[in-house]
Amino acid sequence: MLKITRIISVFFMLLSSTQVTANINVFACEPEWASLANEIGGKRLSSYTATTAYQDPHHIEARPSLIAKIRNADLVICSGAELEAGWLPLLLRRAGNSKIVPGKKGYFEASEMVSRLDIPIEINRSMGDVHISGNPHVHLDPRRILIISEALLARLIAIDPDGTKHYQQHFDDFSQRWQEAMALWQQQAEVLNGLRIVVHHRDWVYLFDWLGIEIAGALEPRPGLPATAQHLISLKQALKTNPAKMIVHTIYQNPRAAQRLSQITNTPVVALPYTVGGSEQVGDLFDLFSVTIEKLKGAL
Amino acid sequence: MKTNIMFLGAIACACFSYAGHAAKQSNFNPDISLTIDGRYGSYSNDSDYELPGFMLGGEASREEQGFSLGHNELSISDNIDDMFFGKLTTAIAEHEGSTEFEMEEAYIETLAVGNGITVRAGRFFSDIGYLNNQHGHAWDFMDAPLVYRGLFGNQLIDDGLHISWLVPTDIYFKVGAEIIQGERFPAGNTSNDGNGAYTAFAKFGGDVGISNAWQLGFSHWQADIKGRESGSHAHDPGVAVEIPTYSGKSKVSGVDFVWKWSPKGNNRETNLKIQTEYFVRDEDGTVELAGSDPLELTTYQGEQTGWYLQTIYQFIPRWRFGYRYDRLTSDNHGSDTALLAEAGLDSEGHAPERSTVMLDYSHSEFSRIRLQIAKDDSYEDSDTLLFLQYIVTLGAHGAHSF
Repeated sequence: MLKITRIISVFFMLLSSTQVTANINVFACEPEWASLANEIGGKRLSSYTATTAYQDPHHIEARPSLIAKIRNADLVICSGAELEAGWLPLLLRRAGNSKIVPGKKGYFEASEMVSRLDIPIEINRSMGDVHISGNPHVHLDPRRILIISEALLARLIAIDPDGTKHYQQHFDDFSQRWQEAMALWQQQAEVLNGLRIVVHHRDWVYLFDWLGIEIAGALEPRPGLPATAQHLISLKQALKTNPAKMIVHTIYQNPRAAQRLSQITNTPVVALPYTVGGSEQVGDLFDLFSVTIEKLKGAL
Repeated sequence: MKTNIMFLGAIACACFSYAGHAAKQSNFNPDISLTIDGRYGSYSNDSDYELPGFMLGGEASREEQGFSLGHNELSISDNIDDMFFGKLTTAIAEHEGSTEFEMEEAYIETLAVGNGITVRAGRFFSDIGYLNNQHGHAWDFMDAPLVYRGLFGNQLIDDGLHISWLVPTDIYFKVGAEIIQGERFPAGNTSNDGNGAYTAFAKFGGDVGISNAWQLGFSHWQADIKGRESGSHAHDPGVAVEIPTYSGKSKVSGVDFVWKWSPKGNNRETNLKIQTEYFVRDEDGTVELAGSDPLELTTYQGEQTGWYLQTIYQFIPRWRFGYRYDRLTSDNHGSDTALLAEAGLDSEGHAPERSTVMLDYSHSEFSRIRLQIAKDDSYEDSDTLLFLQYIVTLGAHGAHSF
């Protein structure tokens, strides 16, 4: 009998041998939140990212690998505002993990911590895939990142009080570097103020709100629906009277519609990184904003 | 800098609580979704449907000819509190001119037992196989694979208790078991007091690189059956109905495998899915012709197997093409071969098979239109079936299960 239990325990040890012994295991829905968690958590935290910059966070399947990862998480960090409505609730249900149930301290929605834009007054499906809680792409405003990082600090301390000093130190350091970087970015981006830009999807609302850029139109006729030839022609008409400086899209979006509009309106197309890992130069949140501003300025 | 900080105050939300609402659609109302399903069907062959070698039951039949309503369903679900999730699905169908409500699912499920354990209680789709726990609307073809039709009456739904454990491994590894009532097909009355059927299953899964994901499952179902009815027929109109019924042991074992590919894991533009399942059923007992006088009875030992292989390719956004091949075989013996034949257990030297192609268009995540053509050799008379189907969902966003 003893032998059998020993064999079984060795079997499970082998199976779980790759588990990291950090104090907090983070399951981040998107790369930006893993990056932020690593800034504040340092070595007391290990993170797993469910999606990459090449995947549309609206359209992910609750894959077996994700269920296995979320099962062992102490903290789930996601954008929220229904961005992950198609897959996260299913992952949470399948996980059998009592720590990360919504309402508990192991469940953290970034968009919940800040005011949101694009909150619809009225909502129905003919408007496309709109979110009743507002636009979820909050990570593209560095001011909001700062607020979210503070909330995340409080959350990490609540989960792992022994690390309070560690997390506070990392946060102070991050916060200072971030505010310095923000001042620099604002300076660099001054020339972008007042520009008009066509977007593929309204991913860029928060970035543009911060930089004073105006959305000149969207390639998607409705959020979540692919561009049509007819819609591109009506966009072209609208741009004739009130032109745009460029057309932007993320790397997970098909560039064809942007290229087509570019051809018929002679407007440059810019592929922006959107999140950490969205281009080779973007290794963390700092790079994300420097590269984004650089790319926008490069197209002027 | 000063204005910056003032602004920060303005965009900070005063909700530093743990509450999260954003993973679901609204704060107080449960998620409600209504599925509307309509069809048009055309056959080349009008003879009665059968699957030689299989006792049919449940919803096993060919879909209706001409215009018809499919499975229209109303589903309500939500987290009840921080411990339970609840779901109820009713199917609304018309039978011989009157509208009937059928309870398809009604269960609660634990959210916070922890350690990877989930307990579900109520009426639910069993977790055996790959397709079984999915709603028919999420299937890639309009109808069930022949093996599901032949063994489970399209889908195994039952009342009972489900417990599963997600093993804390790096790869996905889940084991579970169900104890279920066994009143419904394919159990159809068990000799126990309403808890006579059991299932057990194990599932493995993971990713290969960033573009591939897979799942492999093994499952088993068994019951001691007392009087499973199959169809009914009268020798002469107006004469007492004689119904073949089976009593004895029944065991079904299966293996399922799914492989999905999408470039860099982004399934929006193109993706490919290959899926296959194999089941074998062993039965040992007796078949009697209930209502016959004197009672006709035969011993029966049977083995029925079936498998399908299908592949679905989304070649451009919104458009998918699919192909499925089905095949069944049976090997049944008994003391009275004529009676076995009456029960549908004579294979008639025929191995049922079917080839199906489909093309569907999804305007958004909430609507789908499908064309499906099948060459169906379920029985001796070959049939060509053509279906047009729409499936739309109103309300809550569906989940993208694997």
